[in-house]
This record gives sequence, structure tokens and C-alpha cells, in this order.
Amino acid sequence: MKNKTIDPKQIKGWGIDADPKNDPTYPMRDRMNVGEDPDSKHRPASLQPVDTEVLRSIERPNVSAVFGTPEPPRGLSGMIRRAAFKYSENRYRHWLPLVLADRVNVVEGVVSDLLHGHVPNIYAEKGYPVEWKHNRTAFITKMATIALATAGVVALLSSGKSKKKAKKKDYLSRY
Amino acid sequence: MLAMEYRGPKRVRAVQKPMPEMKHPQDAIVRVLRTCICGSDLHLYNGNVPDTRVGSTFGHEFVGEVVEVGSEVTKVKTGDRVLVPFNIACGECHFCRQGMFGNCHESNTEATAVGAIFGYSHTAGGFDGGQAEYARVPYANVGPTVIPADMDLDDAVLLTDVVPTGYQAAEMAGIQTGDTVVVFGAGPIGIMAARCAWLFGAGRVIIIDQEDYRLEFARNYSYCEAYNFKEMNDPVVFIKKITDWMGADCVIDAVGAEAAGNTMQTITGRKLLLQAGSATALHWAINSVKKGGVVSIVGVYGPTDNLVPIGNVLNKGLTIRANQASVKRLLPRLIDHVQNGIINPKGLITHRLPLEEVADGYRMFSAKLDNCIKTVLLPPTANQ
Repeated sequence: MKNKTIDPKQIKGWGIDADPKNDPTYPMRDRMNVGEDPDSKHRPASLQPVDTEVLRSIERPNVSAVFGTPEPPRGLSGMIRRAAFKYSENRYRHWLPLVLADRVNVVEGVVSDLLHGHVPNIYAEKGYPVEWKHNRTAFITKMATIALATAGVVALLSSGKSKKKAKKKDYLSRY
Repeated sequence: MLAMEYRGPKRVRAVQKPMPEMKHPQDAIVRVLRTCICGSDLHLYNGNVPDTRVGSTFGHEFVGEVVEVGSEVTKVKTGDRVLVPFNIACGECHFCRQGMFGNCHESNTEATAVGAIFGYSHTAGGFDGGQAEYARVPYANVGPTVIPADMDLDDAVLLTDVVPTGYQAAEMAGIQTGDTVVVFGAGPIGIMAARCAWLFGAGRVIIIDQEDYRLEFARNYSYCEAYNFKEMNDPVVFIKKITDWMGADCVIDAVGAEAAGNTMQTITGRKLLLQAGSATALHWAINSVKKGGVVSIVGVYGPTDNLVPIGNVLNKGLTIRANQASVKRLLPRLIDHVQNGIINPKGLITHRLPLEEVADGYRMFSAKLDNCIKTVLLPPTANQ
């Protein structure tokens, strides 16, 4: 379908919220005159009790009045996360360990499933049934590519091992 | 209760989890009636958001019925049907008092750059989301808004994020009457931003994407011009050319970290995570706007691990005009627009799935299968 010429004024609601005073260079923070409030650092009166381990950004002095608690840090990923939270949000050493911890956490998740007697159905969890239904050719191509790449990497690593072994033998033979 | 559960990149499932508990006197427990998969959820799904822990439940777009309230909750009561804005906001801190509900300082302990968001990693507060039968809703006096009796739940669920974010994208673009507006990304937010640009008096609205079915949808839904960037040598030159070599007055980045269209950005930003995602759409936006123009960013970017913390520009609402939508601030006006037939949110919905099929839903949306624009998930208890 081609694009059509449009008369904007025929569109329902056209211009209804137009505001010439919406000057993009004017800071949003000054619109409400909060600066006139002498005590603008308000906190809710009630604070959620800290009854689980909560990691806190070092860029704030305290724990927020409420917080989420569904997955406290634990295991190796938890240790990495705790280490990451020793640094501010301004540092690589905060974010990159968190990304690493997430990957470790995935392996921990599979191990946890197995320990609880549950074999994860990764095929279904990845939504592959629906991909098979709607996108079969691309799906087969993708799987074949992954299989070939995996086989290639395995073959490469295997050949590397035998070379190393041979080198070690030569080295020892001098003695 | 049944809930979606993250197991690792591109792996999710529906499992039985414990019921959410009240943790604070202003908490409420909500039985979820409708919940959506958002384009932003794909950043989590793909493993691109740091501190997304296995076992987490996603879902920041949901409506439901209040089944329990804390001792300090006065604005909603058991039995109320509420739409729950995706931001978790206290309503009292320095930022909430300026209407910046998306930047609340009292809901996220783990980061200061971003406020808390339901089901959006521990970086965004560590709260479980609404892709479940029940959800814990903190600060129930602030966020949850009672759904008008005559409003369709499908319209209401899109008022939790899609409509306000699209609307604020257009608002932040500072559109003046007759302006030419370009929107990068024809996902639900981009389509809604294009639709809302007209409300601010745009004279011309153009949307750019790589999926023909989404462009077709945008033409019909948002009455805009739609172009496929795969058919262009260079989108920036194309936009300059069709705007009399001046550039657009306003450009909206409704793509964020998952942008396609540049191999180097895809490798370094999306695959290796060496920067805050692919900045392709942002490059295009900055380069295709005219001098003195405005770039409005609502596409989500990752946190600071590259030279420019553009994700923090978004999350902190700096004056490039980028922010998470402050849903609560916009709701009264948007509810009016829906009730007056000016915006038709549920027109975006193309798929409805039971929560049990959440893995298929994510795959379908992520891989853009079956002409998917927007999916609503229905928990088993939604029809009780």
C-alpha cells in the first residue's frame, strides 16, 4: 500500500493538545515551582522493613522506602552481584559484573531445576514451537547454522588439543 | 499462583509461584485481569539489562482487581478495578512532587538513575511484574487508578504504558503547529507516538521501520507516511531529501537498544553488550533532525558501560527531552481522549494468549511472527 496525502485537520483530535509554551529548551523540572518549597526532600512516613538482603546503590544514603524482594542474591551470581555493588553506577566495574552474574545465574537456574527434579524444557521455554509454526524455513536455517558453528568450534578445539600435546612431547624430549 | 518466569536469555516459562505478600502499609495486592508484553520487555528477554535474575517475573503493563490493601491505603479499596502505571512512585519525594513519577527516588534501592518499574530487573527496583495471576502493587495511594466503569479493559491495559509513553514522546518533541515529525520504530510505542503527534498539531508525520506489516499497520492506525529503511541507502539522507533538505522539525526515537540497521552497532551493542545497546536509531534521530530541532527519546537503552550514558539520559529525564513516561501525570487527559474516541488504544492489539503460553508470546513478538504488533496475556483467574 502506498502512502496517501493527508489533510491533518481531518484527523480527529488534531491540535487538541497543541501548546506553544511547550518550549523544549525549558527545563521540565522548573514547571511546578517546587524550588519554592523550603523542605522539598520528602520521604514517605512508613518504611518497608529490610528483612531480606537488598543490594543498595552507593549513590544513595539509604534504602528506598519500598523495594522489591523476589530474588535475593545467592550463590556464585550473588557473590558477583555483591562485589558489583561496591562500586557506583558510574563505573564499568558495577555494570559488567552484573551482566556476568546474570549469565552465571542462568546456569545456576538450570542446576536448581535439576536439583529439584525438574528437567527444563528449553525448547518450549524459548518459544520454538511458535517459531516452527510461523517461521519454519528461517528456523531450520538458524538451527542448521548453530549446529554447523558448534561443530566447527568443537573441531577447532579438538585439533588445538592434539597440537599442544605434540609440542609438549617435543619439549620433553630434549631432556 | 501461575506466573511468567525468566530462565535466561530468550527463555521464559509459566510456573506456579508463591502468592505475593504485603510488605508495606501502602501496598495492595491486585488480581491481574489483563497484562501485555511490551517492546521494552524484549530487552530483558534478550538478556540485555543487567541484574535480570533468573526466577523474575516480568510485566509492567497490567490491570486488575484489588483483592487486599494495606493499613495506609485510602485511595483504592478491595474490589476496585484499577489500571496500574508501570512506574512505581511514592508521590512524596522531591521528584514525584514535580510530576516526575517516572523518576521516583523512594522505590528503587539498587540504582539512582532509574526509578522503579514493575517486573523490570533489579536495576529497576527488583519488583515482580504483572505477567502473573496476582501482583504486589506498592504505593497504592499513588499509582493505581480506578478504571472508569464504561472503559474496556483492553483500552485500560494500554493506558498503563503504551499510550502515555507514546503521548509523552510526542509531548517531549515540543511539536508546534505544522511541524514535520519523524518517528523511528513502528512498534506499539512508535505507532502511538505517531498517532499522538497529530494531537499536538503536527503538519506531517513520518514513521520509519524495517517490517512492512508494521508500516502498513502504522499507515492505517496513525494516518502517517511510512517507509522501510531497508529500501533506502541511508535513512538520514532520505529524510533530508523528503523534507526539502532541511531535516525534520522533531524526531522521536521509539526504538532504543534493540535497533537494527547497522552491523557494527548490532555486534558491539546488541551481541557483545560493549555499549548500552545499538545506538543506530539515536544516530539517525540526531542526524536527521534539522538544526534547532528537537530529539525526543523514549527507546530504552542500557546503563553506563560506554562512553555516553545515554540510558541515564532517558531514565533521569535530562533536557535532551528523554524520559520514562510519567503515567500518573498524563492519565486524566488520556482517559478523556479515550472516552471521547480520539485515541483507540485497543486497536493496537493483534494477539490474545493465555498466560500459560507466555513463551510463545515472547517468541512471536520478539521474532515478529504472525504480524504481531501487541499481545495481551490472560491469566487463568482473569475471568473469575
